[in-house]
Amino acid sequence: MIEVSGLHIRAGVFRLDDISFRVNSGAYAVLMGKSGGGKTTILEAICGLRAFESGSIRLDEREISALPPAARMVGYVPQDLALFSHLTVRENLGFALNVRRIPENGRIDELAGWLGIAPLLDRYPAGLSGGEAQRVALGRALAFQPSVLLLDEPLSALDEATRIEMHGVLHAVRERTRVTTLHVTHHREDAKALADVVMELRDGKIVPVS
Amino acid sequence: MKAVPGERSFYVALAVIGGAYALLVVLMILANVAYTTPGQLTAALGSPEIQASMRLTLWSCLVAAALSLIVAVPLGYLLARTNFRGKALLEALMDIPVVLPPLVVGLSLLIIFNHFRIGGTSLEQWLNARGLRVTFAVAGVVLAQFSVAAAFAVRTMRGTFEQIPSRVDDVALTLGCTRWQAFRLVTLPLARRGMLAAFTVAWARSLGEFGPLLIFAGTTRGRTEVLSSSVFLELSVGRLEGAVAVSLLMIFIAIIVLMLVRSSGGIRS
Repeated sequence: MIEVSGLHIRAGVFRLDDISFRVNSGAYAVLMGKSGGGKTTILEAICGLRAFESGSIRLDEREISALPPAARMVGYVPQDLALFSHLTVRENLGFALNVRRIPENGRIDELAGWLGIAPLLDRYPAGLSGGEAQRVALGRALAFQPSVLLLDEPLSALDEATRIEMHGVLHAVRERTRVTTLHVTHHREDAKALADVVMELRDGKIVPVS
Repeated sequence: MKAVPGERSFYVALAVIGGAYALLVVLMILANVAYTTPGQLTAALGSPEIQASMRLTLWSCLVAAALSLIVAVPLGYLLARTNFRGKALLEALMDIPVVLPPLVVGLSLLIIFNHFRIGGTSLEQWLNARGLRVTFAVAGVVLAQFSVAAAFAVRTMRGTFEQIPSRVDDVALTLGCTRWQAFRLVTLPLARRGMLAAFTVAWARSLGEFGPLLIFAGTTRGRTEVLSSSVFLELSVGRLEGAVAVSLLMIFIAIIVLMLVRSSGGIRS
């Protein structure tokens, strides 16, 4: 569950005031809105990468506002993916497990199997297609079994065919993990294909979309 | 490269103007080669003084470059990734060793060590009492080389960190890293080519340093003599062929090091 209450964020001249919304456990929420409206800023605040002035963020009943990003147990896929280019796909997938000292126990092969990237495990990110890179970034974020998954425009740079293919992958992620997901996009098709709940950031406020 | 019709004159003009400088570099190397003979070269390189100078050059440049990298990594990261009060001042400070006349660097070091007082004695005397000599000693050679070389290494590292998206650090933090871990496990490995480039730039700069050495470390034969000072010493006693031989040796060492670094991917061609 993601519960954001009365969030006030200020960055230079940009500001978001009194942002509140809730995503129930296991739900797939899509947050829409114009580019530059602050959708990414909200995700960053939930991840712990952006300080905010006031308000609270609760994940699974846990107040996480004061926690560092590592302790929030949030899987994050940024728009540019930010894969670690010096590591192989296998090392990218296993990164969080290594850092958090979680035993691997076949987790990487399992993830790679159902994300369809098993043949890529020994390759480096530089040679991957857009869809392959997306799957790796998704797998890297899911490896440590976070309670919440945040996706920032994950399909924006993909062609139509790969986009539809990735809808299938995201459905599969949801079925397998039941992870609470907040997906930011400005594509209505993504919302139609994936969302249980659709919200829109309009004029600095979150409003539900039917 | 095959030019589009009509563009040939443009590329020819660029090649002629740029080629003039490349030709000057070639002529400088050829001038040294033409002025010496294999016999003179062997004699110069066989002399104990030049051999000692070569040894001191190699290791002093190595230490100066290593020290430069040690300060360049944190400074480059701070300048590339953070905004803080006084950043503009720090940027200006980092430019000073680059634009300052080399002799002024040496003079400034000399004043720091011999006129700044610690408990009634100069810094040099204070260090001497603890068994370390800097002014007109080998440590002075390294410090003089480091003082200028580090500024070049900082520039290189800043450029390196600016090219690595800060988003990779952010993702590493969400995956479980502390800021230190993100730096060690992600940022530094991604910066390794830049680090090699910064080390090489600092090393090459140290190899060519002379002005600060002359003032601060002196050019005492067999003690604080490095290859750049060997050229000066040979010239000062009228042995032009010796100076040319040492110059050729410096060119040779510089080319070998640059080739090694390029082949390892440290500096992208």
